[in-house]
Amino acid sequence: MKRRLGLLLLVLVLAVASLVGCGEATETDQADDAGETEESASDDVIKIGVFEPMTGANAAGGEMTVEGIELAHETRGEVLGKKVELVIVDNKSDKVESANAASRLIEKDEVVAIIGSYGSSLAMAAGDIVKRGEVPAVGCSPTNPLVTLDNDYYFRVCFIDPFQGTVMANYAFNELGAKKAAIIQDVTQDYSVGLSKYFVDAFKELTGDEDSIVEISSYNTGDQDFTSQLTNVKGKDPDVIFAPGNYGESALLIKQARDLGIEVPILGGDTWEAPELVEIGGEAVEGTVFSTHFTAEAPVTDVSEVFLEQYKEKFDKEANAFAALGYDAYMVILDAIERANSTDPKDIRDKIAETADFMGATGIITLDENGDAVKSAVIKKVVDGEFEYLTTVEPN
Amino acid sequence: MGNQGLLQHLANGISLGSLYALIAIGYTMVYGILRLINFAHGDIFMLGIYITYYGVLFTSIPWWIVFIFASVFTGLIGLLLEKVAYRPLRESPRITILISAIGASFFLQNFGIVVFGGRPKAFPIPNVFNRVVKLGGVSISMITFVIPLVTLLLLLGLTYFITKTKTGMAMRALSKDYETASLMGIDINRIISITFFIGSFLAAVGGIMWGIRYPQLMPLMGVMPGLKCFIAAVIGGIGNITGAVLGGFILGLGEIMLVALLPKLTGYRDAFAFILLIVILLIKPTGLMGEKITEKV
Repeated sequence: MKRRLGLLLLVLVLAVASLVGCGEATETDQADDAGETEESASDDVIKIGVFEPMTGANAAGGEMTVEGIELAHETRGEVLGKKVELVIVDNKSDKVESANAASRLIEKDEVVAIIGSYGSSLAMAAGDIVKRGEVPAVGCSPTNPLVTLDNDYYFRVCFIDPFQGTVMANYAFNELGAKKAAIIQDVTQDYSVGLSKYFVDAFKELTGDEDSIVEISSYNTGDQDFTSQLTNVKGKDPDVIFAPGNYGESALLIKQARDLGIEVPILGGDTWEAPELVEIGGEAVEGTVFSTHFTAEAPVTDVSEVFLEQYKEKFDKEANAFAALGYDAYMVILDAIERANSTDPKDIRDKIAETADFMGATGIITLDENGDAVKSAVIKKVVDGEFEYLTTVEPN
Repeated sequence: MGNQGLLQHLANGISLGSLYALIAIGYTMVYGILRLINFAHGDIFMLGIYITYYGVLFTSIPWWIVFIFASVFTGLIGLLLEKVAYRPLRESPRITILISAIGASFFLQNFGIVVFGGRPKAFPIPNVFNRVVKLGGVSISMITFVIPLVTLLLLLGLTYFITKTKTGMAMRALSKDYETASLMGIDINRIISITFFIGSFLAAVGGIMWGIRYPQLMPLMGVMPGLKCFIAAVIGGIGNITGAVLGGFILGLGEIMLVALLPKLTGYRDAFAFILLIVILLIKPTGLMGEKITEKV
């Protein structure tokens, strides 16, 4: 009996473990409010697919991006005399779901182009699928270089991490006078690992000291307790901590760091620009600094002004970088469709690749040979619970 | 690592361990009495946190009263869950109820996504708990003292209730033999309802403590703690309340020390918990403090 109970429990555990694995996969498919006109006379409608995280660890980022895309869709709902229809799919902050979402958009909804996704890992999961399906995808904010590298069908309207990492290393070295830095990265996010690496490279070069990175600590998305990593970091006594990661985990991490008596500045990347960082982190996140794509305080183009005004009117709040990038990604695709004068995904791809001097809300967009935009970065600081604009850094 | 570092790690481990212990108590109690692994326990825990969140946000009642009401309310939801998902299946094979429990768990998670939204919410922490105490070079947040205290109080209270009161005696009778117990005039339905009420109440208390320590609320937040506390309960000997507390501490301390001493293995933190479970099941399936199971004749 004792044996049998043990065996029963073991089987159970395995069953549950596998159920948990697919638990996220079996959740209700709350995909489309937009897809209601299914299979309707598709000749007069141009379908553009959107896959963004609306639930899970990146939900805030996906939601902000979709707000921007919807605003752009309202602003410009037609091209080539046809109506544009958005098919929005939730990728649930999950890599497998993200690949499924992209397949679904291409095969079931037969979209001509795809927008997404927030989170480099989520975008990369769809990389091969858009390439094989020969449907162009434009990312709004995935910053890892691998998203577009060797993929003729993936583009993005934001800068990439080698630049972002250098910007923050420069800030740490020049503005904060830091000589020793510690890294705390989320090993399950390509974004976090990539950005950390570029920061490390740039920081070592700036200090001229191979030992200037005193600790590289890791955690996983979904972790809630970072006290052991932080205690280890505290023992190394760094001047600054660079901890790019999801806003939720980062907020808890910063809070626990302050509780443990770590007082040095903590820096992060563009994913920190979410109201949740301040809501969850509270007073602890005061003074933290991060880089991002855009600020409402320093509009860069005429389109920025228009975007900011429209956004405020529709959502009654100040716009954020992700909404602006979502807006730009949509507009870049529509511009390409117009120039291609065709709804064939391959023609659209060719025209997206030729995008040059496009006036976007986040700046002038010119895509390079990898399909990446070269743009300036903005540095922001948390002051009194608000994201305060510090400075703009131009790419060199 | 200096002495101070080690002490700090120890404090961190006790803090996490006592949280696991607190949630594992409710888990193990329901099993001990009904022989049912309530997989929805983690999701009841999630509901408890959200109810507290909305209670604090939308009323001007002092936080500690909200905490009590929210826990009681969550207890009532647990009672309802038993009525809807488990009671109709009571005569079915055990595995049917177990699958029903897993179904209930998925239902509550998706219910959470639909009702509370996918974006995380921040738990409103009462100021009292935000203080940090420094002992030598070791920083300990207020809540780290509160959680073990709450765990201890609930452990004592529950042990007293089960061993000394009449209802507790009925619960124990039920766990031994359910048919004979009902022949002796015990109202089975009432006792099972009470069991679920207490179990869910404990999940909510654990949830509130969790929310104060890790103030990020998400609809799927109950999944991992639920599994971890199941592991803690099995390590201690599922069904044994003191064992659950012990298991919680072992698991919490183990996780913290794994990351502290072997930083390279950080990514395997959750795997560590499951490996521990498998090892326990292989070498001592009844857990550290589990009772010997004798064949009923």
